[in-house]
Parts: sequence; C-alpha cells; structure tokens
Amino acid sequence: MTSVLAQASDTVPDDNTGYVAAAYLVFFALALIYFGIMAFKLQRLERELVELNELADRKLAPAKPDAAPAETTP
Amino acid sequence: MTYGNRLRATSIAAALVLMVAFGLAFFSAKIEADQGFSQKIFYVHVPMAIVALCGFVFGGIMAIQHLRTGLAKYDLKSYVAIHLSVVLGVGVLLTGAIWAKAAWGTWFEWREPTLVSFLIVFLLYCTYQPLRFSIEDPEKQSRYASVFAVTAGAFVPLNFLAVRLADPYIHPRVLNQAGGDLPDSFRLPFYLGILGMALLFSALYQYELSHKNSRAQLRQLRRKLGGEEEAVGRSAAPQVSSS
Repeated sequence: MTSVLAQASDTVPDDNTGYVAAAYLVFFALALIYFGIMAFKLQRLERELVELNELADRKLAPAKPDAAPAETTP
Repeated sequence: MTYGNRLRATSIAAALVLMVAFGLAFFSAKIEADQGFSQKIFYVHVPMAIVALCGFVFGGIMAIQHLRTGLAKYDLKSYVAIHLSVVLGVGVLLTGAIWAKAAWGTWFEWREPTLVSFLIVFLLYCTYQPLRFSIEDPEKQSRYASVFAVTAGAFVPLNFLAVRLADPYIHPRVLNQAGGDLPDSFRLPFYLGILGMALLFSALYQYELSHKNSRAQLRQLRRKLGGEEEAVGRSAAPQVSSS
C-alpha cells in the first residue's frame, strides 16, 4: 500500500500547481462573496421599493371616492 | 446626485482587462526559472496589494476633503475606499501566504519587512470600523474617522518608503527606480493586472456609493409619503443625506 502511494506521489508534478490554483481561487472566492453580499443588499433595496410603492398606492387610493361625488353635483 | 452612472462600463472593462491579464499570465508569460509555476501568483497578489495600498491613500485624500469642506459625501467616499481596501487586504494576505508556502516553505516570514509592514497597515485599518462603531454621534463619528483616515493614509507611503530603505530578507523588490527587474513577457500581464484590479476597485466603489445613496433616497421618499420611519440603529457606516 505504501509503495503504491509512493508511486502515485511520484507521478504528481512538483510544480506547485495546487498553490497557484488556491491563490486564484481565493481571489475569485472573495469576489463571489462580495457579489453575494451585493445581491443580498439589492434584494433588500427591492423589498423596500415594493413597500414604498404599496404605500404610495394606499395614499393615492382614498382620493378617488372623494372626487367622485363632486363631479355629479349640478 | 447619482454615483452609478459609469458602473456598467467600469464593470465590463474590469472583467475584460482582468480576463486578458490572467490569460496572458498563464499562456504568454514565461515560467520563471527560480520559482517555477508558483510565480504565477504574482499576477494576482501584487496588483491586489498595490490597489489596496492606493485605496488606503485615496481614503485619506477623501478624508482631507471631508475635513476641509465638511461635506458628508467625502466621508462616505473615504469610508467606502477604506472598506474595499481592507477586503482587498484580506486577499493580499491570503494569496501572499499561499505564495510564501509554495516559494519559501512557510506561510509567513516574520523577518521580512515587506510582509510585516503590510500586516501592520492591514491591522491598523482593521480598527477603522470598530472606531466608527464606537462613536454614537454621527457628526463626531465622521470627524474622528476622517482624522484617523488622514493619519493612517499618510502612514502608508511612509511605511512603503521605510520598507524600500530596509534590507530585504527574502521578498523580491519588483519595481525599482531603474524600471524594475521584470522580463518583457512578465510586464504586460502585470500592468494589465494592476489596471484590471484598479477597474474592479472602481466598479465596486461606485456600486457601494450608489447603493448607499439609493438607500438614503428611499428613506427620504418614505418620509415624504408619511410612512413609518425605518429604525436606524447604531452603525459604523456614514449617515448619508439624500440631497
């Protein structure tokens, strides 16, 4: 078993490829985490916007019944 | 005022330039004779470090503007620049540790002035957010934070100079007064890497400013519509006015 492992490790090139991949992955992972946080913030902003839109609708809605009788008065 | 006008263009430019830089680094730049393939980390580590340090200095310049004019927008700009530079600083330390392990067999070399000085600068800026958070009054918070940003921002080039004057232990000096020791095939991907990283910083900077401005605008709109005031708790982030 040990000799098999030793043979397998001999076939792995000693060129530090793993370290290079790890360093670039760190960069991309940081960027992805940042984009994830950005997406979360955007979601919150969208939710607030929807709330405000509903609030604006509610504010505008009562004005219509008041205006209607005024038009029918001779 | 809007901050995100050039966000799309900057984001696309950052992605394109970084893609070209990394592509050239892997497929065009030669394998370095001494370190071999692990030297490829240079193209992501060094541009990140340069942009992070420049971001700290930029944060200091914005803080000077804030102290001079008293305008909250400069405090916001200083805060965002420092915040992003700290994030990049995390990347610099992690990629640097990986590179050090590959090249020198150790995660960190305490006898090397370049490494220790960057760690000191990073830890110094790590105290910026807690400092802001510890001050409740927004006016005082922004003023004290600006004083900190100016002092720490002045420390960055001084620190860089001190490292240059010190004897290097193992960390190579890439750029010198003679134009650097970089071979030609290393130069283009390296410079493009710096440009790409600066564009990425700029895109994220604009995004953060735009997001904070949008939230302030929404708060103002909510007030105008007579909605319930959003409870604004104690925060390290500057209170942005929506004007």
